[in-house]
Amino acid sequence: MDFINHQLFIKDINVHIDPILPKKTAIITHGHADHARFGHDHVIATRQTIDIMKIRYGDKCAKKFTPLRYGQKYSIKNYDFTLYPAGHILGSAQVLIEKNNHRLVITGDYKVGKDETCKNFKLVKCDTLITEATFGLPIFQHPDPKDEIQKLIRSVKINKNNCHIVGAYALGKAQRVMNLLRQQNYNETIYIHGSLEKLCQYYSKEKINIGKFEKVSSKVKSFYEGKIIIAPPSALKDRWSRRFPNPIICMASGWMTVKQRAKQQGIELPLVISDHSDWNELLDTIKKSKAKNILITHGQEDALVYYCKKQNLVSKPLSIQGRSDEEIE
Amino acid sequence: MKKFSSLLHNLILTPSRNTKIKLLQDYFKTLDINRAYALAILSDQLSFQFIKASKLRELVYEQVDQHLFDYSYDYVGDLAETISLIWPTNKEGKSQNLSTLIENINKIKKSEINTEFSKVLSGLSNNERWTLIKICTGGLRIGVSERLVKTALADLYNKSVNEIEEIWHGLEFPYENLFQWLRNETSKPKIDFKKLFHPMMLANPIDEEKDFKRLNASEFQAEFKWDGIRVQLMVSSKSVSLYSRTGDNISSAFPEIVENTKGDAVIDGELLVGRNFKPSGFNDLQQRLNRKKASKDLQEKFPVFIRAYDILFYKGKDLRKLFLYERRKYLEKFQKENKTNQIDLSLIIKFKTWKELTKYKNNVHDDLNEGVMIKLKNSEYLPGRKKGYWYKWKKNPKLVDAILMYAQRGHGKRSSYYSDFTFGVWKENELVPIGKAYSGYTDKELLVLDKFIRNNTTNKFGPVREVKKEIILEVAFDDVFPSSRHKSGVAMRFPRIHRIRWDKPTNEVLSIEEFKKEFKIG
Repeated sequence: MDFINHQLFIKDINVHIDPILPKKTAIITHGHADHARFGHDHVIATRQTIDIMKIRYGDKCAKKFTPLRYGQKYSIKNYDFTLYPAGHILGSAQVLIEKNNHRLVITGDYKVGKDETCKNFKLVKCDTLITEATFGLPIFQHPDPKDEIQKLIRSVKINKNNCHIVGAYALGKAQRVMNLLRQQNYNETIYIHGSLEKLCQYYSKEKINIGKFEKVSSKVKSFYEGKIIIAPPSALKDRWSRRFPNPIICMASGWMTVKQRAKQQGIELPLVISDHSDWNELLDTIKKSKAKNILITHGQEDALVYYCKKQNLVSKPLSIQGRSDEEIE
Repeated sequence: MKKFSSLLHNLILTPSRNTKIKLLQDYFKTLDINRAYALAILSDQLSFQFIKASKLRELVYEQVDQHLFDYSYDYVGDLAETISLIWPTNKEGKSQNLSTLIENINKIKKSEINTEFSKVLSGLSNNERWTLIKICTGGLRIGVSERLVKTALADLYNKSVNEIEEIWHGLEFPYENLFQWLRNETSKPKIDFKKLFHPMMLANPIDEEKDFKRLNASEFQAEFKWDGIRVQLMVSSKSVSLYSRTGDNISSAFPEIVENTKGDAVIDGELLVGRNFKPSGFNDLQQRLNRKKASKDLQEKFPVFIRAYDILFYKGKDLRKLFLYERRKYLEKFQKENKTNQIDLSLIIKFKTWKELTKYKNNVHDDLNEGVMIKLKNSEYLPGRKKGYWYKWKKNPKLVDAILMYAQRGHGKRSSYYSDFTFGVWKENELVPIGKAYSGYTDKELLVLDKFIRNNTTNKFGPVREVKKEIILEVAFDDVFPSSRHKSGVAMRFPRIHRIRWDKPTNEVLSIEEFKKEFKIG
């Protein structure tokens, strides 16, 4: 793994993984803005990630696109690249890099748990594992998302004169919440913030069951009583949310595990629904990958590095520039 | 327990006061013993003898790796929440009533605490565990004051909250007489007022610009504001007891007061350390605080006395409805009749105009008082911080510019933010820390500092981050003392961040020698 540096850059063949600045060749793990950026010469990613990039940044956000199927090998000189499902959001991928019999996996963001909105995580054995650690502390043990979504459904039933605004990231989390609601037989129309519309339409087109949805419009206030509205977290504090009748502010995020965080953000109904692995899943993945060398990025690296060292694994944190903890999901 | 823990969960997350009151009322409507426990917990009157924060840490270290716990605690910033989340859960047991659970815990023998209490914790859901640990550590911090609990009760039963306030300190678990009276089944509980701690009258900070234009100086009297601890002394022929501002009985820590005071009265005053009624500063007083008992040696070295401000009862007579100037006459009478070395009177400052009072407030030569109190002469003794009667006017704080060196995440409402700051001054070419502050900044300044710290960390020592030495903080503090415990040789009293000095280069910050000279530390 000397061939890749702490910025996930392979100098030998001038390839970056998830670069922040425009580069010649970029392999993109998934469409979230801290991974997929505008302006690369050549983007290599799954078809769905490329679609999502085009929706968010326009058709010309890169000069050239190479879509890869999961499991399809792509070679540059003596480097072989293969994408595997990461289970994070639609189109998300892990990157396997093989060179001279050394197998290195970059997980990108991933979750092990089941999710109907994307292909589920596949474990890839390797020598070196570069894993994320967004929830790399033992306090993070995600509950069953079905129980969490039931909390929302129950609250909607009890508080008939209120509307529920659920904060959820526009790409991935919003659609997962919608899908979870459908799984629990919530069949009402779900109202969405305008910024979610194109992505929801795309998920529908990709045959993800998110059910009937409609953009919020300027209807009489009382229309939204008893309704569920999904909006990006930034809109919760915005003037936008004041048009609704007695809103109960909800948030779907792994950070909602910690009550003090929910309180700080003014969240009344926290829903612990995460698209990242929790502590036990991180440990399990590290173990099952059989990797002897563990590099840790994104988030709470300290505890995970400490744990790996105790297991006699070589481990250190990778600090990737431009990404500070707690801003990601 | 499920019901009570979801009450606390909802209370902490609800911003609206009215919703909080409604949640409390819904809970108090239940007519069983659980609500008595709830009332005890919400007013911070219930605790377990053997289970405190240190015991809980010991238990959690038996369950999880200490380092992993410490990383997590640093991140969460709340002990109860960290333990409840990190505790291994696999065998959630049968749900128990709040009352059953507490009674069962009280039955645990001291020798079996570790195994038995761990079993209790394992049998609870996350949220119940959080609640139970909050009860153990006391001080819920869920955004519900004792006053709000009383208001909820009063509104529910159409009583006035002041009526509850009046008898509150005479009530005891399980509050049967309170609930019966609230439901109009009996008359108001009879309380022996002479034995009761009476909630103190507190002052509001004065707003120099607005208040001095509005208030007529001749209607007010002024006294020095002493930097000790506020106490209430209850003395009768049978007993003497001393209470802190929060109503805790602290008599046993100050035997010289108990032994030497006479008479029949309830006195409001300031407890100070010093000989011949000359206070010797808060640093000395600290030697006497947080101790259950005081040895002869300690009494000899740091003798205490009370500087009396006010009198609430005199020979069984309730004076609280009299005006301050009338009560003062009784206070002087009490003092004359019962001369001791333990009580003297707070001096009344003569002044005609607010401007004249300023020089007393800023009395820089006497570091032992914190400023002045301004009290309406025609003020009854009213519990709480009522507006318009008593004001405090603090001295301008001391200020020093220092360089931000280290930061740590905060606790409670500041958890996750880097909000605890260590700052220092020069010692030759290095910096030496002189203090630590975690308040004073605005929310906006906190965000800026937090961001700076995350982007400019040069080193990590566990939870502590060392940062680039670029930011100058103007630190305000009440006082500074020599200290052998700190590398710099100084210890500050109540340091807080006054503002960020963007305009000043770091080389203009004082050296430790200059700092000591400026604030006269030998």
